[in-house]
Amino acid sequence: MQERAKPDPPGYFEGESMTRRRVFTIAAQGLGGLAGAAIVLPAVGFAIAPIFHRGKERWEAVGPVSDFVEDTYRQVVFTETPGIGDAGKTTAYVRKSSKELGEEPNLFVAVSNRCAHLGCPVRFVEAAGNFICPCHGGVYDFQGKRIGGPPVRPLDHFQTRVRNGQVELGPRYSVTNQLEPVRARDPGEFTGGIWEYLYPPRPSTFPPP
Amino acid sequence: MPKVRLPKIPDAVVPPPLRKPAKPGSGGTPKGQAPTDLKTSTPPRPTHGERLGNVAKEAPVDALGWVDQRLGASGFLTGMLYRKVPKGTNWFYTLGSATLFAFIVQAVTGVFLAMYYTPSATQAYHSIAHINNEVPLGQFVHGMHKWGSSVMVILIFLHMGRTFFFGAYKYPRELNWVIGVVLLILTMTMAFTGYLLPFDQRSYWASIVGININGTGPVVGPYLSDFLRAGPEFGATTLSRFYAIHMLLVPGAIIALIGAHMYLVVKLGTTAPPWLKFEKPKGASPLAQLDAGANGAGHVNGDRVDGSPVGGEGNGAEPA
Repeated sequence: MQERAKPDPPGYFEGESMTRRRVFTIAAQGLGGLAGAAIVLPAVGFAIAPIFHRGKERWEAVGPVSDFVEDTYRQVVFTETPGIGDAGKTTAYVRKSSKELGEEPNLFVAVSNRCAHLGCPVRFVEAAGNFICPCHGGVYDFQGKRIGGPPVRPLDHFQTRVRNGQVELGPRYSVTNQLEPVRARDPGEFTGGIWEYLYPPRPSTFPPP
Repeated sequence: MPKVRLPKIPDAVVPPPLRKPAKPGSGGTPKGQAPTDLKTSTPPRPTHGERLGNVAKEAPVDALGWVDQRLGASGFLTGMLYRKVPKGTNWFYTLGSATLFAFIVQAVTGVFLAMYYTPSATQAYHSIAHINNEVPLGQFVHGMHKWGSSVMVILIFLHMGRTFFFGAYKYPRELNWVIGVVLLILTMTMAFTGYLLPFDQRSYWASIVGININGTGPVVGPYLSDFLRAGPEFGATTLSRFYAIHMLLVPGAIIALIGAHMYLVVKLGTTAPPWLKFEKPKGASPLAQLDAGANGAGHVNGDRVDGSPVGGEGNGAEPA
């Protein structure tokens, strides 16, 4: 096809690299994009901000030191998330650390009742010495290690400390199969080894003790 | 132009190509016809009352015409409502409309439920109890919304099954299938986020389990559940977040996508059922003749050169 010489557009000068029309097109689109981003980016940031926000560390007294023994758990209910009534409460099973199990003495162990499978509430069955989940049959031993059913790791723990003769429970943390503390993971997520990368720690959780 | 059977609707609403030519003597001579009635006497002049009656009779049509002249809606509406459908169209083809109807029920009942519902962790349960026990017809409207959600999920799957088994997802309707799949996902999102709102034990634990299932996705899972919960634990804003997703974010997306979905249905037409045989076209286009000649008569609808019965000369369908 033969090219027909087009008349120069108004305002054309020799050696210009861009027509006036093109400059305005790019400028208008750029400004539109900028205005759009100014609306969308803050809104999206607003929605995903909780992922990066870590709340204040909370400690709550759950009873005097003398309440807890080495060979069985005592069930305590405390507030994990304040301000939302019963929905913010959670249950923990607390005991004194046991030398027989090879634990450091004179500490307190607080096991979360949140099943490591999908988060149902487990129950400590005194007669069996096990934690049992009603939803899908997960079973954990006395220390909270998984011994049966679908859970992928041991039960979570809460940090403990003693203040004024009272045992206090703090932030939640997860443990590996060897009971080494790691940052809190959601139920259903493996811990330890390569899983620490496949289920990365979340900035919204507290570092383990 | 093939014959179209129209119900009785005002002439003003029918676009000129579909309008019946006027009877001789009643306002102008039809195109290409000799004026035959010139010698007949003019009709008697209408009385004052008759004229008033005529004006009254014409008023609604005039008003409609006034609006239509400015909207141009009649052409669009007749195109949409009188479009051709293939032979063999049957009750299975109503599943899409049924899903749409279920969505409209959900939207309407949802709006009215929102008038009484409080999306706060400490008050949600009581507001639902108030709707069920004290608001007149409250339990009925809540029930429609609750059971209607299951109805919508069932219908959308049946509609998807119909589309799949009739091969209606094939060229040129792939994009509509994709939009439909997105609509399915959005519907499931609605079902998931709506489940928490009554905030009873079942809602709470089902949402906990659902969020945790989301969290088991590798790498992004943990952040996704943080996003859904608005924090590392079920917290103060989890419920309002679910509420906002349930009644503001997703419904808007669903309405927009339903619009796109239906636009494509009207534009592309529907498919003939797969059990219909291909019929030799009467006014055959060269392409169809070539195809029929090459393969012999009697192959299945939709198995043509372009792989689709869009135009569908054989099955009585033409693009509207």
